[in-house]
Amino acid sequence: MKVDIKSENGTAIAALRGEIDHHSAKSAREQLDSFIINMQPDVLSLDMSGITFMDSSGIGLIMGRHKLMRECGGRLEVKSPQESIRRVLRLAGIERIVRIT
Amino acid sequence: MEILNEIRFSMPSLSANESAARAAVSAFIVQADPTVEELSDIRTAVSEAVTNAIVHGYRGTSGRIDLVLRLLPEREIYIRVRDGGCGIADVKKAMEPLFTTAPEEERSGLGFSVMESFMDRLSVRSRVGQGTTVTMRKKLAAHGS
Repeated sequence: MKVDIKSENGTAIAALRGEIDHHSAKSAREQLDSFIINMQPDVLSLDMSGITFMDSSGIGLIMGRHKLMRECGGRLEVKSPQESIRRVLRLAGIERIVRIT
Repeated sequence: MEILNEIRFSMPSLSANESAARAAVSAFIVQADPTVEELSDIRTAVSEAVTNAIVHGYRGTSGRIDLVLRLLPEREIYIRVRDGGCGIADVKKAMEPLFTTAPEEERSGLGFSVMESFMDRLSVRSRVGQGTTVTMRKKLAAHGS
């Protein structure tokens, strides 16, 4: 999975591409956490339009970043997941915790 | 059980093999002409089962994961994922949503919930110290439906 983060005026967009599983989530987690801790954005939007597969490892990835963003005084959002990804998100009830657009 | 086609393979419990298992499953079941959604469901369920074997079964150790993929009559897919890891002391509890023994790895505890939701049947047999066998079945929609 590839992570490309762009930031402007306190709002950051992390474009994720590829597949999210237990193997790939580790490096994405490290990249995102490093960015959150160093840049302290007000909003971090995970653009998931480029994610072609996600199992429940992605739920852990999103929830962990949601928690870290809150601890840093910011907010996490999830943007443009494909339908197959939305089904996993719905199963986990993520939409009750994190805004999905 | 009448078996129309079958492949078996074994792989070391490396996390890099999670995607390899999904690729093998995709390649096998494409002969049954699944819908995009069915293929996605089965790949996700297999990914969960293999990840469980790596993260929980062989936690802190390593071993082999054996997969059996079968095409059964009436477009039914059968998948068995077996590890020889530590086993599960309480399968019922392990299958409860959000239960996890690896929260520090951000495991959500939803692996079995995903398998149950995305497949038609799920069976988990385990013995402490001997490993776990997960068996799943899914019947693909009839052509033209």
